[in-house]
Amino acid sequence: MTAAPLAQCLGVTRRFGHFTAVSDVNLQVGPGEIVGLLGANGAGKTTLIKMLLGLLGTSEGEVALFGEPPSRQTRSRIGYVPQGLGLYDDLSPAENMQFSAAVFEHASPGAGDQHGLPESLRPYATDLVGSLPLGVQRRVAFAQALSHQPDLLILDEPTSGVDPLGRARLWETIAETADAGAGVLVTTHYMEEAGECGRLVIMADGAVVAQGTAGQIIGSAQVVVVAAESWSTAFARLEAAGLQVALAGRGLRVPDADPAAVRRALGDLPATVRQVPATLEERFFQLASQGAAGKAVA
Amino acid sequence: MTGQGDRRAVSDTSQAPGHDRPAARAGLTGQAASSAGSATGGEAGTSSSRFGASELFVLYGKTVALSDVSLSAPAGQVTAVVGGDGAGKTTLLRCLAGSLAPDSGTVWRPVKERVGYLPASSGIYPDLTVAENLDFRAKGYGMTRQAARERAADYLDRAGLTAAAGRLAGQLSGGMRQKLAVIAAMLHQPELLVLDEPTTGVDPVSRSGLWWLIARAAADGCAVVLATSYLDDAERCAGVLVLDAGLPLASGTPDEIVAAMPGTLREVAVRPDGEAAARAWRRGGHWRVWEPGFGGAQQPEAIEAEQIEPDLQDAVTVAALGQLLSAGRA
Repeated sequence: MTAAPLAQCLGVTRRFGHFTAVSDVNLQVGPGEIVGLLGANGAGKTTLIKMLLGLLGTSEGEVALFGEPPSRQTRSRIGYVPQGLGLYDDLSPAENMQFSAAVFEHASPGAGDQHGLPESLRPYATDLVGSLPLGVQRRVAFAQALSHQPDLLILDEPTSGVDPLGRARLWETIAETADAGAGVLVTTHYMEEAGECGRLVIMADGAVVAQGTAGQIIGSAQVVVVAAESWSTAFARLEAAGLQVALAGRGLRVPDADPAAVRRALGDLPATVRQVPATLEERFFQLASQGAAGKAVA
Repeated sequence: MTGQGDRRAVSDTSQAPGHDRPAARAGLTGQAASSAGSATGGEAGTSSSRFGASELFVLYGKTVALSDVSLSAPAGQVTAVVGGDGAGKTTLLRCLAGSLAPDSGTVWRPVKERVGYLPASSGIYPDLTVAENLDFRAKGYGMTRQAARERAADYLDRAGLTAAAGRLAGQLSGGMRQKLAVIAAMLHQPELLVLDEPTTGVDPVSRSGLWWLIARAAADGCAVVLATSYLDDAERCAGVLVLDAGLPLASGTPDEIVAAMPGTLREVAVRPDGEAAARAWRRGGHWRVWEPGFGGAQQPEAIEAEQIEPDLQDAVTVAALGQLLSAGRA
């Protein structure tokens, strides 16, 4: 990365009493970058985002936004779409836009003319948000977050409940925002979304356990794929042998396993056993489990 | 969904209990046998092992919630209903579970006691502990205390919830609560398990536990139907039905849906101009352009780029695009 980071965490730790929610995290989001933040519940993602938004201080380390500590001024350069969308249900989309324009003290583009609502949302401008379909509400939340042309966009599970084509269209909006020079930080639980991020940061137990492109994070991790005439019998036998088995269509996947051990566990059952590269989700699960195990030992 | 594959899956399921940790499940054989009997004699009608729906229509006032939707849910198999909010997933699942009567069409399901249902609102009591929720549900199912305890202990262990058994359900994380809700829905080893968005809001670690429970139910011979808005989930299923605004967009195995995609797909670095923009979408930093490849005279100009093999996500996106574009022309 050559450009100065828009958001930067340097050795950031946050404790609540004896509990360390975020531990020595280093993270950067540069202009034009889409960074995906992945982690199990309780991994520290929400605490980290609250610190970036300036809602929570650090116990140790430094958070910098646009090169300065988080403040009301830096907040006004951030567009944020929380998981619950953060819209007022009993206001219309136009009123919601007007309200955020007032908060951020900017004249919304096209004020007086639907307050900058994109064309596709105009038909809903005066309906109450609470009465609109969730997909439309989500687009209103995006429009609101983008209305003050933020330099940094923070999105929490941005396309939850959206159909695949709608998801592709929302990601086009996200990518256009990045192409225009903004930095984007996205949290997601779905690998379908993670695949749209240029760089991924994986957190477990408050710490960053991996960082890079999906390919770099998967690395050489492999899983064993089992195809048997009777998948349920194969499932039962692998289970009985204490192996972690996942269902994939009519086949099974066994992460972190030795093909010979899988063969042995299947016994006389006719089945093909082969090794294939792990998926991002499988690698993520491995990292998240190791994170938890590492902490338990420490 | 091919008939041949399904028949194999069915014969699969009748073997499953025998291989299934006999010691832990010794008390259950009688129940499993009687349940097979109840399905043949119950509402299921034509088939004892295949549930589903045929040509369903559901209207809410003037809104068409489901229009000519059919779904096959074979035993021992997981079937996904995929779509966004408002696609009709919950309506279809309510019809399957028997909590909503369609305006027309047929539903095949076992008798009520042999259905497990996780509604969109999880059906868990926040003021009861995890263990109390399961005790309560087991009583409702008419299970013996011992069978309920043994099975609950097994499921809780595999879902990583044993340590949380004494906690109030209202204090669980979203992922733990969903796992509890799925355990509660499958505790009585139903023949048909209907799960409305079990993975929504669930992190990947909890999701792995959830999927173990789902696989376990199917391995025990249950027909599982689940709703999701993510193809991550659909890819794990043997059968997939894609819904959009109450209409079926695509159905089959994930491979069949991919194979049935009309036309061709190309990948380009930048968004195409003009008419092709409507047939393009961004994926993984590049642009995919769909060429319908049929329709004779209206053949669009081909984009010069490498043709690529579609996956399930591409095929479902194309199905939605195709419907959108044909509606636009109509």
